[in-house]
Amino acid sequence: MKQTKNTRRFRLDIWGIAGLVILVCYLLFLVYPVGNILKQSFYTSELGFSLEQFSKFFSMSYYSNTLFNSFKVSITATIFALIIGILLAYLFAMFDFKGKKFLRILIIIASMSAPFIGAYSWILLLGRSGVITSFLSNILGVQMPDIYGFSGIVLVFTLQLFPLIFLYVNGAFKSIDQSILEAAEGMGVTGISRFFKVVLPLLMPTVLAGALLVFMRAFSDFGTPMLIGEGYRTFPVLIYTEFISEVGGDAAFASALAVIAIVIALSIFMLQQIVSLRFAFSMNALHPVRTKKVSGIKKVLVYLASYGIVLTAVLPQLYLVYTSFQNTSGMVFQSGYSLNSYRAAFSRMGNSIFNTLRIPFFAIILVVLFAVFISYLAVRRRNAVTSTIDSLSMIPYIVPGTVLGIAYLTSYNTGIGGTGMLSITGTTMILVISFAVRRLPYTIRSSVASLHQISPSIEEAAQSLGSSKLNTFFKITVPMMMPGIIAGAILSWITMISELSTSILLYTVNTRTVTVAIYTEVIRGNYGIAAALSTILMIFTVLSLLLFMKVSGKDEISL
Amino acid sequence: MTQIKIEHAKKVFGDAVVIPDLNITIKEGSLFTLLGPSGCGKTTLLRMIAGFNSIEGGDFYFGEKRINDSEPSKRNIGMVFQNYAIFPHLTVRENVEFGLKQRKLDKGVVRERAEKYLKLIQMEKFMDRKPEQLSGGQQQRVALARALAINPDVLLMDEPLSNLDAKLRVDMRQAIREIQREVGITTVYVTHDQEEAMAISDQIAVMKDGIVQQVGSPKSLYHRPANEFVASFIGRTNMLNAELKHNEQGLAELQLQNGFIVPYPRLNHLDDQQVRISIRPEDFIRVEDAASVDTFEVRIEDSVYLGLNTEYVVALTDKHHIQVTEESSFDEDLIVGDRVHLTVNTNKINVYCTDGLTNLSEVK
Repeated sequence: MKQTKNTRRFRLDIWGIAGLVILVCYLLFLVYPVGNILKQSFYTSELGFSLEQFSKFFSMSYYSNTLFNSFKVSITATIFALIIGILLAYLFAMFDFKGKKFLRILIIIASMSAPFIGAYSWILLLGRSGVITSFLSNILGVQMPDIYGFSGIVLVFTLQLFPLIFLYVNGAFKSIDQSILEAAEGMGVTGISRFFKVVLPLLMPTVLAGALLVFMRAFSDFGTPMLIGEGYRTFPVLIYTEFISEVGGDAAFASALAVIAIVIALSIFMLQQIVSLRFAFSMNALHPVRTKKVSGIKKVLVYLASYGIVLTAVLPQLYLVYTSFQNTSGMVFQSGYSLNSYRAAFSRMGNSIFNTLRIPFFAIILVVLFAVFISYLAVRRRNAVTSTIDSLSMIPYIVPGTVLGIAYLTSYNTGIGGTGMLSITGTTMILVISFAVRRLPYTIRSSVASLHQISPSIEEAAQSLGSSKLNTFFKITVPMMMPGIIAGAILSWITMISELSTSILLYTVNTRTVTVAIYTEVIRGNYGIAAALSTILMIFTVLSLLLFMKVSGKDEISL
Repeated sequence: MTQIKIEHAKKVFGDAVVIPDLNITIKEGSLFTLLGPSGCGKTTLLRMIAGFNSIEGGDFYFGEKRINDSEPSKRNIGMVFQNYAIFPHLTVRENVEFGLKQRKLDKGVVRERAEKYLKLIQMEKFMDRKPEQLSGGQQQRVALARALAINPDVLLMDEPLSNLDAKLRVDMRQAIREIQREVGITTVYVTHDQEEAMAISDQIAVMKDGIVQQVGSPKSLYHRPANEFVASFIGRTNMLNAELKHNEQGLAELQLQNGFIVPYPRLNHLDDQQVRISIRPEDFIRVEDAASVDTFEVRIEDSVYLGLNTEYVVALTDKHHIQVTEESSFDEDLIVGDRVHLTVNTNKINVYCTDGLTNLSEVK
């Protein structure tokens, strides 16, 4: 029998107190800084309330062009990522070939690495003095097209982001029933025509969701265009440079840029909601699509395409591992191999390695703690306070990392409202909190999902057996949620250790993470150290992934 | 052994009054079933007894103790849920021990008691398994042991068999009945399945729209339904319009719309009036020799052979259709279109007011 779900009134019991504490945390560490950015963009002490900053941006093409550039690279990269990702997923679903599991793990690794590391590696490979470029021009006399600027950014984004499309679409293929394909075949629709007329429309909801995610990632990434863009400036680059280059100068303009970024992200987010509603239908495959054996030329093509794509995607990572063992002097790789780069990395950047473990570790603890409580409050104890928390917790979805970094810097520099309270700029705490806030929405979503799997009657059963509500929560609910949460937390951990856009703004010498260290070393031209650090980061990522697979008991990752 | 007493219970969800004013007394040690169609408020009432639903009015007593304001965990109830609600992260033994541990009992006592109840439900072999390795029926047995192990004052069961397949359902209800008798615990059982309710209960309360229509033993519900709703909800019946008249000797008779007259002296004391009568399909008797008793003629419209019985749909001369059931026999050969003669087992019919709310046949 269904019961009307009634919103309870707020009560000051243990859950009420937990709710209030969480609410205060969100007010302090999300509403205040983001609100501060909003205020700064519209209000300056000299001018009072004005739209000055916004008109400055839109009237000068030097600024507004970056927005256009961002859209151009993001859309182009999304299209390429879609083509490659769908093609690969199609090959995986339809054909039988060896090494699928291995390729899938490589794809996941490729998707988990920081994009700017890919950019830097591609410069080493295809840049002006890159190995492939030199090889081609010296041996074959072929001039490679310029990798810097638009084409380079698109290349890096595409290779970085198609794995996401692949993982999404690969999952969607599992819900297509073999009989649908056979029915199409029975009506004379086969091969390519069947793909476009039957398969692709069925995949559409997933494809769209994946496309929007990829677009958002490309749009907000700042490390890649920074490294490989050279003169080609995108919007996140503009935000970063405006803020960094004129510290203390024009925070108002940077804030206005941040607001524009939020508005764009919000529009895309809403577009995604509308589109996913429009295209939503549910499928359930009794008999998932069976793979076919191929032979002859077709077999060669299938192998060539699948291995070719995946190896290209992991090539930059592999090349970095290789160069990390080379002798270097500054930007130039010397002949001979040694562990010198690692030695240098540990002696000069050792604390960054420790930080990369320490800061995300604290952040993950916060994330898990908050996610468990927030999801429980939002699902089981709905009232005005918990609904507010629920909505607030989703804000970081639409606030790009760079923007959150700027918001934190400007808001906590002199403490809250200039009072000196919580003047945490430059501390470990500011990094921990920013990481936690950014990752929370994802973990909350997954723990809400796992909580929905737990029937309320299980909690009621515990209560009927004499267990108090609190005891039930800790003895029954939390243990049942844990497997899902731990798996989600490991994924969050992986994204945190490869995070750059927030930490590049908030770090100090003492709180520098590996990604920040890699970035600064690349900028300084210490390629050997950067390669060694990248390799270490990759090892962390791979180990975490293996742990994830062990914990979740599957060799797949759903996003 | 606890008697449950509910006085003037009221339940409101938002603006909707789900249970307006409900009174029930459940005898100690009995198995009492709340039966009704979905949405009748039976689960709501059970959850009020358990403490998972708030109580908007009235008093709930376990024995002498008013329980309205105590937390579910303090009511000393055992509850069995439709979806088993077994803790999936604990083993079978740990599930049964869970409630005992909450009572801070000695470790040895906990073990011993858990084992005793696992033996009672014949699950001692599976003690160290995780629930996911058990079938639905086995899980429900564990849930029953878990609920009983804490020596609750009352046992509450919310549609415990509806997730099981038909055959298992019959076995399990037998097991529940036996264990309940053996333990002798006051039990409130919720179901929408009237056959299950009949099979298992000492007393049944038939509910509709939050109101108890009738409380009684399975037999009295079947043979003397208090109103038209109960008559048609428990088993199947034919509701026919008729007229209550008195003949020259002053004896009451019921005249059906096809003109057939049933003598019904039980209602001699009532005035002539329009009535509704309930005749169950098996209470029509086919008569081969139409001359011996008063009969009426019907035409067979359809027949369904069910093994034990054969069910006929027949048309009266006034074109009304009624259902008739007859024990099947090897040489029956009635086909559609055949005309047969029926009479009525007068003892077993029930007569209601035209609104169907009052059973006039009840001897007051």
